[in-house]
Amino acid sequence: MGLNNDVILQTVSKVAFFIILAFATHLFIGGHHNPGGGFVGGLVVASALTLLILAFDLKSLEEVSKINYQTLGIAGVIIAVGTGMSSLIFHEPFLNQTFGIINLPILGETEYVTAIVFDTGVALAVLGTALSIITTISEDVCKWRQ
Amino acid sequence: MSWFYLTTFIPLLYAILVPIFYRHFPRIHTGWFVLPIPIGLFACLIRQIPLIAKDSPLVHTVSWIPHLNINYTVYVDGLTLIFGLIITGIGALVVLYSIYYLLKEREALGNFYVYLLLFMGAMLGVVSSDNVLVLYMFWELTSISSFLLIAFWYQRKASRYGAQKALLITVFGGFCMLAGFLILANITDTFSIRQMIQHADKITGQSLFVPAMILILLGAFTKSAQFPFHIWLPDAMEAPTPISAYLHSATMVKAGIYLIARFTPIFGGNMVWFWLVSGIGLITLFWGSFSAVKQVDLKALLAYSTVSQLGMIVCLLGLGSAAYSGPGEAAILSITAILAAIFHLINHSTFKGSLFMVVGIIDRLSGTRDLRRLGGLMNMMPITFTLAIIGSFSMAGLPPFNGFLSKELFFTSLLNTSQLEIFHLDKWSPLFPIVAWLASIFTFIYCMIIAFRPFLGKHQPHKLAKKIQRAPWGMLLPPTLLAFLIILFFFFPNVLAQYLFLPAISSILPGVMEADLSIEPIKAWHGWTPELFMTMGIIAVGFALFLLFPKWSKVFGRLPLWFTFNYMYDKLLLAIEIASQRITRKYMTGFIRDYLSYIFFFFIVILAGMIFILNSFTFNPTANSPVSIYEFLLCLALVASALLVLCARTRIIAIIGLGVMGYLMIMFFVIFRAPDLALTQLVVETVTTVLFLLCLYFLPKLEKEINKLGFKITNLVFSLGVGILVTIMALSAQGNRLFQPISRFYENAYELAGAKNIVNSILVDFRGFDTMLEILVFCIGGIGVYTLIKIGLTER
Repeated sequence: MGLNNDVILQTVSKVAFFIILAFATHLFIGGHHNPGGGFVGGLVVASALTLLILAFDLKSLEEVSKINYQTLGIAGVIIAVGTGMSSLIFHEPFLNQTFGIINLPILGETEYVTAIVFDTGVALAVLGTALSIITTISEDVCKWRQ
Repeated sequence: MSWFYLTTFIPLLYAILVPIFYRHFPRIHTGWFVLPIPIGLFACLIRQIPLIAKDSPLVHTVSWIPHLNINYTVYVDGLTLIFGLIITGIGALVVLYSIYYLLKEREALGNFYVYLLLFMGAMLGVVSSDNVLVLYMFWELTSISSFLLIAFWYQRKASRYGAQKALLITVFGGFCMLAGFLILANITDTFSIRQMIQHADKITGQSLFVPAMILILLGAFTKSAQFPFHIWLPDAMEAPTPISAYLHSATMVKAGIYLIARFTPIFGGNMVWFWLVSGIGLITLFWGSFSAVKQVDLKALLAYSTVSQLGMIVCLLGLGSAAYSGPGEAAILSITAILAAIFHLINHSTFKGSLFMVVGIIDRLSGTRDLRRLGGLMNMMPITFTLAIIGSFSMAGLPPFNGFLSKELFFTSLLNTSQLEIFHLDKWSPLFPIVAWLASIFTFIYCMIIAFRPFLGKHQPHKLAKKIQRAPWGMLLPPTLLAFLIILFFFFPNVLAQYLFLPAISSILPGVMEADLSIEPIKAWHGWTPELFMTMGIIAVGFALFLLFPKWSKVFGRLPLWFTFNYMYDKLLLAIEIASQRITRKYMTGFIRDYLSYIFFFFIVILAGMIFILNSFTFNPTANSPVSIYEFLLCLALVASALLVLCARTRIIAIIGLGVMGYLMIMFFVIFRAPDLALTQLVVETVTTVLFLLCLYFLPKLEKEINKLGFKITNLVFSLGVGILVTIMALSAQGNRLFQPISRFYENAYELAGAKNIVNSILVDFRGFDTMLEILVFCIGGIGVYTLIKIGLTER
């Protein structure tokens, strides 16, 4: 890529990026009771980053953040599998989830769900894998163009 | 003992840490970090001895997938304990030995110890699992870790060949064993071995009894290198010597023996079992010792000797299974056989482990294992020589070493068996002692070869690659400890019998031992018995043949090449390779349209056929809600965009048309109130469109290059077929309700999972397993794309 010079797109996506990220966070956290969840959340973040790649190029994104997306995806899978394992410690079957309500100092009565950890793994796996596919392919495109 | 069930997982979990040690402490040999694990586990197991000797096995169940009846149940009884002690005890010595054997500057130690710990954990899992499916899982893990360890020096062709051979043969057996397990589980309706044993009488009458038995035996025989599957073991000797000592003499090959012992209560007392196990064991015993004599590579010699000794143990277990044939004399006589099997199992681990370590020392210090180049090492390595003498004399069955005792017991049980009058034994009774006696003569010869050939004779320094130095203490200590045990076991066998053998026998023969819970004390001197005369005959004939070896060794050259099993294995492998290549080339054309047409063809044939056979096409529009105007419009727009894709002249328009279709689908999701689906579809659609655009660059220009009528008609048939079929399915799905809908269950999501969003709670909680595997597959796919493209980039 690197051929992009669309000022409007670049300016808009700079702002839109954060809006999308906020939306993704909302989707992810609210997923327990409202539409959303780890899968969509991760995918929305991936699409936000894809927008940046399209508006600028891969190199600029890599300069800003040096995340290795393969590692991210694998970390997600490990977290997801790990939560499954951790239920074994409490003598529960693999991947058993639980929930309850605790009193937090400021937030008051808050519901906690162990599934959110698993969902984090899902989100990271989806985000990492989707982006690793997109970045490797677009890297390939760059090499071809040269 | 709530923590005890975790022992299996300690090596597996610790394996994760090993690469960290390897990377961050390069100056310390990684083996030192690993060493505490087997030592600690060994100490743990030692502490369990008194408890288990009181005949109270440890059981602990962790539910894993309870609704499929698969639970991780640890069951530690006498048999498990013996195997556990061997695995951890020899494991500790091997790790210590490997610290001095593998140089930290040269070898990929991180990999080595990860594989080793994986193997150790898997092996502990095999011997302690009560659930057959868990056992199978660990069983295959031992195959895989063994494969990795044999191929540790993967630069060598022989290593790769040996590793592949071992993997193919043992995994073949593993699959057979799995089938056998499933048959048993089907009959008894349980996956637990203990419950299978309780229902043993229910199994015996079944028509699938013999097939199940043969399948399970195939698993055991391949793993324990029984004739004719023994061919993988000599090739596995390409592994580093500590691995040969550990896996291919002391532990992994004993997994098959464990399996036979474990399933004796189920199959024992059956004639087929008796003859198969003892017969194959006897053949292996003879063939192994006969082949060992001709070897010139010290490790190959030891490999064949292992084959032969394993055959002996298997044979003993087969003889011991006669205990179930009926009460009385047979039972009492058979207990001796089982006792001999267990005793020899332990003895074999001690002397074979020490011999392998001795060979490793010779190999490391002189640079060769070739008997034709070795000689006269006695003066240079006196300690090693002593150790070799102790180990091989024990293997030959000479006093005052433990091998003598178990060998005598072996002869006793052979002679006992030949007196029995069951299973048509009266016709074949002399066969067992005679074949075993002959095999023992060859055993004696190869033991003498190991003990004397490298050490006596003339030293030929010009044939050796290295100048001989002193052996480091770390390499001498483990075999010395084992040699110490060899002598100790000879003088105090009854201590072992009391605390280890008795519980093990009662777990191999649960019903029989309760009636008669005592074994005769093991004695070195029985008086002038036939066994003693047999041993004396072996020594006399064996020693004579050893001295005359150069004269008669030509016998081995007479065997034709094609007659060996290795030759057959190679030919078979080649034939399979060629055949599968031919078949694959037939249908793997490299065109996606061909693959799609296969998929669609079977899709149409199978589904349309099923709908036709079941006559399940129904169309009942009366219950439908009325179609509103905007739904109708959306449908029209969908059809229009589909037509746009078909008529597009450039790819970009086709992609945009597809995108339009996707977004219109989202509208449908919104109308039918499925916000989760709509959201996901929205994002997925966007990301895939971007991906399409990225790939656009690579695709050739869209040309209607193929205008043949036949091609067009095929396409038309496929697309019409799939379209009509999906429509029919969608229409009939409404009219056919075969099961109660399961959605009622998920409506309780708030009580069950505390979630108001049912879709999300299904994804992360109710069907979390699906999600986990999905993201796993997704991640693997991503890695696949990454590697394919990266490899492509570097090659260009």
